[in-house]
Amino acid sequence: MSFPLLTATAVVPAVGAVATAAVPAARRAAAKWLALGFSLATLVLAAVQLVRFDPDAAGPFQLTESHAWIKDFGVRYELGVDGIAVVLIALTALLIPFIVLAGWHDADPLEGASPNWRWRPTQGFFALILMVEAMVVISFEATDVFLFYLFFEAMLIPMYFLIGGFGDRAGERSEEETAAQRSYAAVKFLLYNLAGGLIMMAAVIGLYAVTADQLGMGTFSLQEIVQARADGRLDLAPAAERSLFLGFFFAFAVKAPLWPLHTWLPNAMGEATAPVAVLITAVVDKVGTFAMLRFCLQLFPEASKWATPVIVALALVSIVYGALLAVGQRDIKRLVAYASISHFGFIVLGIFAMTTQGQGGATLYMVNHGISTAALMLVAGFLISRRGSRLIADYGGVQKVAPVLAGTFLVGGLATLSLPGLAPFVSEFLVLVGTFSRYPAAGIIATVGIVLAALYVLVLYQRTMTGPVKDGVRGMPDLRVRELAVVAPLIALLLFLGVYPKPLTEIIDPAVGHTMSQVEKSDPKPDVPVNEAEAAK
Amino acid sequence: MENLIGLLVAAPLLGAAVLLCGGRRLDRSGPWVGTLLAAVSFALAVALFADMLGRSGEERTLTTTVFSWVPVGGFRADVGFQLDQLSMTFVLLITGVGTLIHLYSVGYMEHDERRRRFFGYLNLFLAAMLLLVVAGNYLLLYVGWEGVGLASYLLIGFWQHKPSAATAAKKAFLVNRVGDMGLSIAIMLMFTTFGTFAFGPVLEGAGQAGEGKLTAVGLMLLLAACGKSAQVPLQSWLGDAMEGPTPVSALIHAATMVTAGVYLITRSGALFDAAPTAQTAVVTVGAVTLLFGAIVGCAKDDIKKALAGSTMSQIGYMILAAGLGPVGYVFAIMHLVTHGFFKAGLFLGAGSVMHGMNDEVDMRRYGGLRKYMPVTFVTFGLGYLAIIGFPGLSGFFSKDKIIEAAFAKGGTEGWILGGAALLGAGITAFYMTRVMLMTFFGERRWQPDADGNAPHPHESPKTMTVPMVILAFGSVFAGGLFAVNDTFLKWLEPVTGHAHGNPPVSALTVTAATMVVLVLGVALAWARYGRKPVPVTAPRGSWLTRAARRDLLQDDFNHIVLVRGGEHLTRSLVYVDHTLVDGVVNGTAASVGGLSGRMRRLQNGYARSYAVSMFGGAAVLIAATLLMRAV
Amino acid sequence: MNPVNYLYLAALLFTIGATGVLLRRNAIVVFMCVELMLNACNLAFVTFSRLHGNLDGQIIAFFTMVVAAAEVVIGLAIIVTIFRSRHSASVDDANLLKL
Repeated sequence: MSFPLLTATAVVPAVGAVATAAVPAARRAAAKWLALGFSLATLVLAAVQLVRFDPDAAGPFQLTESHAWIKDFGVRYELGVDGIAVVLIALTALLIPFIVLAGWHDADPLEGASPNWRWRPTQGFFALILMVEAMVVISFEATDVFLFYLFFEAMLIPMYFLIGGFGDRAGERSEEETAAQRSYAAVKFLLYNLAGGLIMMAAVIGLYAVTADQLGMGTFSLQEIVQARADGRLDLAPAAERSLFLGFFFAFAVKAPLWPLHTWLPNAMGEATAPVAVLITAVVDKVGTFAMLRFCLQLFPEASKWATPVIVALALVSIVYGALLAVGQRDIKRLVAYASISHFGFIVLGIFAMTTQGQGGATLYMVNHGISTAALMLVAGFLISRRGSRLIADYGGVQKVAPVLAGTFLVGGLATLSLPGLAPFVSEFLVLVGTFSRYPAAGIIATVGIVLAALYVLVLYQRTMTGPVKDGVRGMPDLRVRELAVVAPLIALLLFLGVYPKPLTEIIDPAVGHTMSQVEKSDPKPDVPVNEAEAAK
Repeated sequence: MENLIGLLVAAPLLGAAVLLCGGRRLDRSGPWVGTLLAAVSFALAVALFADMLGRSGEERTLTTTVFSWVPVGGFRADVGFQLDQLSMTFVLLITGVGTLIHLYSVGYMEHDERRRRFFGYLNLFLAAMLLLVVAGNYLLLYVGWEGVGLASYLLIGFWQHKPSAATAAKKAFLVNRVGDMGLSIAIMLMFTTFGTFAFGPVLEGAGQAGEGKLTAVGLMLLLAACGKSAQVPLQSWLGDAMEGPTPVSALIHAATMVTAGVYLITRSGALFDAAPTAQTAVVTVGAVTLLFGAIVGCAKDDIKKALAGSTMSQIGYMILAAGLGPVGYVFAIMHLVTHGFFKAGLFLGAGSVMHGMNDEVDMRRYGGLRKYMPVTFVTFGLGYLAIIGFPGLSGFFSKDKIIEAAFAKGGTEGWILGGAALLGAGITAFYMTRVMLMTFFGERRWQPDADGNAPHPHESPKTMTVPMVILAFGSVFAGGLFAVNDTFLKWLEPVTGHAHGNPPVSALTVTAATMVVLVLGVALAWARYGRKPVPVTAPRGSWLTRAARRDLLQDDFNHIVLVRGGEHLTRSLVYVDHTLVDGVVNGTAASVGGLSGRMRRLQNGYARSYAVSMFGGAAVLIAATLLMRAV
Repeated sequence: MNPVNYLYLAALLFTIGATGVLLRRNAIVVFMCVELMLNACNLAFVTFSRLHGNLDGQIIAFFTMVVAAAEVVIGLAIIVTIFRSRHSASVDDANLLKL
């Protein structure tokens, strides 16, 4: 038996979480370094995955592991990655060290708080982050529906504590008020996602019942079910397939989040500290869109096609609505949250456009959105930690006192508005082209999103960074070395992937081709194809 | 040779990277580093040009693919360059004028503490603009297209501490984004129609596609051009863009970036030729804008805004020419190049005036400056003569040809377009004479500013005057050089193609008519601003003047419809999101909470009441069991 | 004597016990009433044992007695503790579980 690389990638952060949590109260710094070390170790493993992954290999999944787990219910411990998963695991593993580094002081006990040997918020904070990482990684790896579901739901628990337990310093609001809003946000996050999960659980059980009924024994294995459907051994009635699809999709649409199931995100991202907000939107939410590609489309291809018009419409609403609401926000973090809703609209649109460009673009979008939002949100977090306020109106003229901070903020913003040359442009354009070639009207409506993106980013930049220096901003220090170490690599990556995204597209492309063949869709042909040799030139 | 094309773009890009990331230690040497790299780029351009001249007409196009950029399924976008005579013309203009303006900025920005960044942005602009013109496919062109937009944004808002500058920068970027939307839709249409968006295959295959699709592509490209080139209805940003430092206005908002729309239309000529409807739209936009810009230019008292109106108007000429098809492409580009010289020169002159006048921009507070700034006066004057189309100078050759070509369109359309172009020439003469008279002639009208600092007009340093002199040379001789033996026509013809138009009246008549309106325009301006003293505070003016001062009310329209409307929309959506969408969620939570609140009352803590419910429950269960038995 | 009469007696005792549990406030009395109900059940078990002619009912009755004894020990201890802390043995006073 070869080395279980996939299991290791998930276990290392989990072990890290336990180890970090066990650090004694007095050794806070050690906990931070330990967490950073484990997150880097995970990054190494993810990099090994990326190297060992062979994009051209036959078969949908690689590096597979399979063990019987709960025999009576046909539940297996089955892991495997395709090009989409391996890229997203890399994204997750990449972002966590930055999140840890950016949140270095976020969970330090308040000054003047009495030392108490049991009170270890710092250890808890970093342990929870690593726990989330472990669960997200295994969700990306699981090819058994039950296994996936288990961790899809379980990650709510550490997330709940991260949102509810740690927030920005109160600033001008009272401590009680912030605590109340934080707990509201955390509970809302939990209930929303639990509701989605509950409906999904019914669908998971339904899936089991159907397979048990038709195959003689129930199974949750993705590959087995797909195989059985291809052989004709498993034949879902349209009504059954549709209801199962909806059950899955609902949970993923809450997580993604798709309009009108989005309202938890602004609260959660607004109240959580910036690194946790990045964790939510750049890492955890990606599981939702990823699962649409892996489970909705592969398990229920017919139902996916059936639901496409509605989902495309919802995605379009998300794009425009999220962007318009972002324009109207007065709170920096909520603005980024609504921008993310708009971007998730693009991702879902790309997935359900059912074209190679759309789905490839959507996958790339997940990666690029992760990096660009991380850059923007983390810099915003640094800004907020300096002034103690999230309100846009409290800032002004920052670029005069902290030019590097303003510069990095602008780059993050430009990435958010998909400026060519930065990574998100490539993916956004692919999604647009992919959508346009199947649904021209939808493509055009989505293009409006890029104008609105420019609006909310530039308005934010103008109000916070330019103009005369405001009182509270005067004397604000520029980015420190630790903060620069967080932002600079992210920006470098944005530039690199904007200019040379080929390493990623090469990995993603075959996986997307496989998904497309599952739904039996092929790309629309151009009207007047110019000859290939010429096109290649 | 092909490899040099990449270097051409890379040199200023390197400069931008070094200057923007370099930190404080580059503060002093920064301007020279930036200028040097611009000069390197110009040297490379000259080398490429020499090489190109060494080959015959048809073989002059160089294409090269550097690497595959975005390969996804049937979607292939390469980073590949195409350098032909059209691109070459632009490359020379951009790097040449660009280098001069770098040099000028060394003097102009001498006292600005953030000048290192200024030069970084300028270099970034050069790189993006060069990428735009040497790109081998539309998607890469789009990268350059937005890149220049970014550079323009950064430079307009360079003095960010001024809220007006920050707002102007944002406005420019946003309006441009609307245009960019057009370009991206056009590229998507090309992809669905042809399966590619590389120049070669698309333009060759243009004839085979349906006219409807081509019209759509053409209109979308026009939208893009309107945004970038400040054409009606997306022209509103250009006037505000004058908030940027003057060298920026000269380079970006006069000579190069704003002409990108003309490049785009000329480059896509084959598409437009196959879509007459789109061409009609193009000439309409061009004709409307050339009048619009000219009228606005007449009313502005801010010297830079007056010049901005003029830029808009001159680009209107180019767009008009480009919309005429093969008859006009060459002349559009020719006017573009000559305009690049004289308009850059005029802006640099304006900058020089402002430099000597404590950054005063109101022409009503100038007057009589010719004595104080002789070099500026002469170079500005030559630029002035060139732009109004004084016989023998650059503008004369290029503009005259456009007016001629407009008449050659034939029929009523031809008369309308030709008439508009002719009228525009007259108005140009009027407003430029006005600028000239108000600035350099008449009484001195400047006063101490609020702090009591009276301006002491003086000539600018050498780094500023040398570029002005060189550009003045260009303004004088470029047009003649191009026109002799049809040099320029022969140079561009292999790329753009050319057809001779047949104007309903002879070319000589057109020239004569142009001369007449020119003299009329100058005379009218002299009667109003030369003979009588210019009041320091602007008179109320007629309704047309008042409207023109406000950019013909277009900004007011934008403000009321788009800005206010948008604000209301977003505000009400925020309200809807909070009350309706979130209201459903919170409502569900509240009703569950309310229900459990009721249920909670049952748990009153009295052991005996629990006992009652136990007994009751047991009794009911037993009764039910018995009942079931009995039945 | 007809064994059914014992069942009537058991039912009567159970009813008295139940009524006491519901109506009395003194914890000790309530407790005794619970015992009364348990013993009524025991009586019924033994009667059924007799009626059916096997020993199952009697065995269960013994179990019940053991459980009841254990319960008395714990229950009385609780009551005494509550009395100590609140100076009252009324069941209505011990309503701390209420939200």
